[in-house]
Amino acid sequence: MADKILKEITLKVWRQKDAKSKGKFETYKIHNISQGSSFLEMLDILNEQLVSEGKEPVAFDHDCREGICGTCSLFVDGRAHGPDDDVTTCQLHMRRFDEGATITIEPWRCGGFPVIKDLIVNRGAYEQILQAGGYVSVNTGGIPDGNAIPIPKPAADEAMDAAACIGCGACAATCKNSSAMLFVAAKVSQLALLPQGKVEAARRAKAMVAKMDELGFGACTNTGACEMECPKSISIEHIARLNREFIKAKLKD
Amino acid sequence: MSNFISSSIGKKVVMSLSGLFLVMFLCVHLGINMLLLFDNTGKLFNLGCHFMTNPVIKVIEPILALGFIIHIAWASMLTIQNRKARPVKYAVRNQKGNCTWSSRNMYVLGAMMLVFIIIHLMNFWAAIKLGEGTAGVMEHITYDGVTMENVYPHVVATFTNPIYCILYVIGGILLGMHLAHGFWSMFQSVGLCNNIWRKRWSCLAKLFAIVVAAGFSIIPIYMFFTC
Ligand code: SF4
Ligand code: FES
Repeated sequence: MADKILKEITLKVWRQKDAKSKGKFETYKIHNISQGSSFLEMLDILNEQLVSEGKEPVAFDHDCREGICGTCSLFVDGRAHGPDDDVTTCQLHMRRFDEGATITIEPWRCGGFPVIKDLIVNRGAYEQILQAGGYVSVNTGGIPDGNAIPIPKPAADEAMDAAACIGCGACAATCKNSSAMLFVAAKVSQLALLPQGKVEAARRAKAMVAKMDELGFGACTNTGACEMECPKSISIEHIARLNREFIKAKLKD
Repeated sequence: MSNFISSSIGKKVVMSLSGLFLVMFLCVHLGINMLLLFDNTGKLFNLGCHFMTNPVIKVIEPILALGFIIHIAWASMLTIQNRKARPVKYAVRNQKGNCTWSSRNMYVLGAMMLVFIIIHLMNFWAAIKLGEGTAGVMEHITYDGVTMENVYPHVVATFTNPIYCILYVIGGILLGMHLAHGFWSMFQSVGLCNNIWRKRWSCLAKLFAIVVAAGFSIIPIYMFFTC
């Protein structure tokens, strides 16, 4: 069955020339959008229309367009990554919208992620948090055998769940406190659960939390909104583990 | 322990521990209030109030006040910090599906309860301490040779006033809403949680919230109709 065509939809898009300028919403109408097209394809069509009208296209982040890189962002109709649960914006499709709909598109709003242009924000803050401790220090040498270190299956599974985080930033973007806890927790948890990462667990938890606080992200108040909007369904049980790791580490100081 | 208290997680630990302390106080408070339901002569309740004048409670009183002050001060700090973390707000925001209203509005609920607590303190605490309450001058009463303050008539006078009665019911409900999130959050913030325990804590939190809200609201309603 052929996909339905949306004859007309209205887009309210945040336009901002650069980091310094004050942005504002612009309203655009676009026509004949197939419900089978993805949300980002719809934006591509809008941009072609803008280019043909001699206007500046809307800048938005995207890369893999298959939900694995975490580059796409966007706050669509008041929700991170749009109205669907457990997906990135590139996995969102126009069949979620009705004929004549008005869609509001905003960049992530979070002090830690300043807007660079239109809908693109700088998510370098997450990189900085990772650099503070989200790694395992390995001395060079021969490659150890894959199965040389026994890891219990439940720990491996939980670490894998945490490792699914793609660093998209939806957690901080959706959190009422702009807290980056889910992201930090996913990284801390993933490494703390594995023998290779356990060694540095205390230092890592302290360094990453300190960086997160320094960069101006808010404090977690356990609303749980982040796990609902996380495209990888990272559970806030990882936040409990981060709290545990952090408190343990601080008690030893 | 350097900078623990000033870190975001440390502040939450302070909220959690002070919250736990206040929860324990609530249990004692509710327990004594419940005596009102079982004795319309007020003797049980007066004895309960008299028991609360023992030296141990006297020592705990300022600590309790401190518990409240810490809980409120840290909540204010966190709220200011968290609001600053998003300098530009969203134009459209839909959080209906991703978290509960109470979890998002703990500070608002807290502020409303603070107003309630002030009225409540004026009704009773001030009455007992200053000797003049809702029912006029605080009288004394003697049971089995022990003389104590006769608090009961002041409770009756307060709760038979429809405005106060409604106010106290609202107070109970606000408290229940605050606890529905606060109770489980207390464990999550100190890391005593995982996917199994989360279900248990939130279930217990809902139960506790209902018991506290219902417990505190039933008393004024009961007294309004029976006294
Ligand atoms: S935890 Fe989820 S929402 Fe946060 S950055 Fe990772 S994938 Fe995105
Ligand atoms: S573009 Fe890679 S996850 Fe959306």
